[in-house]
Amino acid sequence: MPEGAPVTLITGSRKGIGRFLAEYFLEKGHGVYGCSRQPMNAPLAGYTHIEADVTDESQVRAVVSAVRKATGRIDNLINNAGIASMNHSMLTPFSTVNSVLQTNVVGTFLFCREAAKVMQMARYGRIVNFSSVAVPLRLEGEAAYAASKAAVGTLTEVLAREYGPLGITVNAVGPTPVETDLIRSVPKDKIDGIVAQQAVQRLGTFEDVANVVDFFVSPASGFVTGQTIYLGGVA
Amino acid sequence: MSRTNPDLPDVITLVVRLCEEHNEIAERERQIDLRDPNDARLYGRKGVLDSLGLVSLLAAIEQALEDEYGVQVTLADERAFSQARSPFRTVASLAEYIHGLCGDARA
Repeated sequence: MPEGAPVTLITGSRKGIGRFLAEYFLEKGHGVYGCSRQPMNAPLAGYTHIEADVTDESQVRAVVSAVRKATGRIDNLINNAGIASMNHSMLTPFSTVNSVLQTNVVGTFLFCREAAKVMQMARYGRIVNFSSVAVPLRLEGEAAYAASKAAVGTLTEVLAREYGPLGITVNAVGPTPVETDLIRSVPKDKIDGIVAQQAVQRLGTFEDVANVVDFFVSPASGFVTGQTIYLGGVA
Repeated sequence: MSRTNPDLPDVITLVVRLCEEHNEIAERERQIDLRDPNDARLYGRKGVLDSLGLVSLLAAIEQALEDEYGVQVTLADERAFSQARSPFRTVASLAEYIHGLCGDARA
């Protein structure tokens, strides 16, 4: 990693959007660290992967500590790790609701809290959380998932105020359906129904997501905080 | 790093050192009076730290404990907020609280 290069930590970076973002920021010269519950299949040059469960407080602390000890700082945190549940609420088991909330809300909270402790030492930091268009579209069949992402939105707005005086911005990106494992099990007519509600009617791409994340983590975006940008023209 | 449980004087020294570092960058009215370190007021009644100052100090202490003693503790946990008397009142009360947490973390 070049001296002075931004240090970026990405959760859920083993595959999908998280892996794409790891490659994207490596390409931009960042020092990139990532985590997921399982090891990386095809390691990326210059990237460090840490196996950790985002719902486990001690493991989250260990990840943040490892990055801090290796680099002395964390400039950017991208809270990408998330799980989805697509089912009618009356068919959704308690264990599923609990898993969705633990990963999407508690995991995001823990990483924000621990990374902010490191960021505040430098009075600088950029945090990007992951919401979803499931929130503004109030998608039927995604009660637990949409509720968890609504919580992420509120978390983002409150943390933006708490961390603002520390030089840390907190924003969120709300992707449309993107071709990932997350939506692979969702019936095509369901995905088509979501896309039909967008101003720009197509599936999102990894590049669409990276574009917004890149804007939020830019040093020039210090006056942008507490915002959620939904893709596809969803409002 | 191998874990070594810091004794109370070690913890007091560490907390005082980080209070001194806090004072180097804090505005005058937020500086901690360390003339009598054990009784130095931190947070709450007569305390000089606001909530952000406390957060910054606790984060610095957590990182120093991990770096210097290999002990991972969360200072602002349920126990801290459930105590009748806040452990964040003074350097002495904070050091005693940390010393107890370090013992538990090691156990």
